[in-house]
Amino acid sequence: MTKAKHGDTRTAQTLSDVSRRGFFRRVAAVATVPLTAGTMVVALTRAGNADEAVTDASRWGLFIDTTKCATGCDACVRGCNEEHGIESSARPEIDAQWIRKVVVEDTQSKHVTSLPLMCQHCADPPCVEVCPTGASFKRADGIVLVDKHTCIGCRYCMMACPYKARSFVHESLSNQKSYSPRGKGTVEGCTLCVHRLDEGQGRQPACVEACLSGGRAAMVFGDLHDPDSDIALMMAANQTTEIRADLDLDTGVRYVGI
Amino acid sequence: MRPSVAVALMFAFMATTAPAVEQPVLIIPESAGAQCVEATSVMRTQHMKLLFAQRDQTVHQGIRSTTHSLTNCVACHANRDAMGHSIPINGNDQFCESCHRYAGVRMDCFECHASVPDE
Repeated sequence: MTKAKHGDTRTAQTLSDVSRRGFFRRVAAVATVPLTAGTMVVALTRAGNADEAVTDASRWGLFIDTTKCATGCDACVRGCNEEHGIESSARPEIDAQWIRKVVVEDTQSKHVTSLPLMCQHCADPPCVEVCPTGASFKRADGIVLVDKHTCIGCRYCMMACPYKARSFVHESLSNQKSYSPRGKGTVEGCTLCVHRLDEGQGRQPACVEACLSGGRAAMVFGDLHDPDSDIALMMAANQTTEIRADLDLDTGVRYVGI
Repeated sequence: MRPSVAVALMFAFMATTAPAVEQPVLIIPESAGAQCVEATSVMRTQHMKLLFAQRDQTVHQGIRSTTHSLTNCVACHANRDAMGHSIPINGNDQFCESCHRYAGVRMDCFECHASVPDE
């Protein structure tokens, strides 16, 4: 697969893609005429329904405005842990972290930046490249996941990830959520709440929801390939940065203010 | 003694002394209804293949129709105790465990997957 930057991808969109999207948007708009909530239109133009295979028509990503992210606030982390049943164990050093808060300080200016860090859902994910079993994979819509049925727990992906975004489950677990299976001996990480996305109801990932209800709204989730989506508009309006852009991984998660 | 007679005697001995094999008792909640997602004969022999197919579609393609999903098995087949709490479907004498023990097949589904429906 050839490498494509966001800008390139957008300009490289074929005319038929654009007109097809326009068609769906019109259909969705007609279908929602009786509805008053504008958000329903957004929901319907999102990914299909639970019966349809995902395609590369969408690429899901996150826009994170670190200027709105507060040091000490961990609403996103708590939201994620609650959603996926991630509990603290008697050995906190081995606890899974699908998302964590990172505070960085400029050594010269002493300017402090707080940001959430999770799987960056790279277009060219090193974790996928090193996986010996094919368990670490990228879905057609750009979400990088672990197929735990095939994962042998070797943890090469954890070593390959420049973001330390994956965790290994060291101990037997219980009380897992039906939509988020987790178990000993497998590697796991942020799924962009793929179970919510696949429902096709336009639900946001748990961290984004938690950030919003915490009053910060520092995170925007959406389809990077849809030029009219909130995230694409935010990306276009702001200078965004990839963490470790030098690695040329084309991350799906981009930051403002770092 | 001729070998054939010896074998016949051995089988006769085994037939009379072998302990009765404990048949699995499948307790199915009334709420599950009378019919599974496929015919009983299909489910008995093919349920693992259906689950594997659904599993790969869900994980890799995001197809989450629940017809052949493990979540759907648990939702229908998990029993409730007197207090109304769900009993893990892989618990002793519960739907999955009773048959798999009888067949001598070890399941590892529930090391990761929820064995009770979401409350």
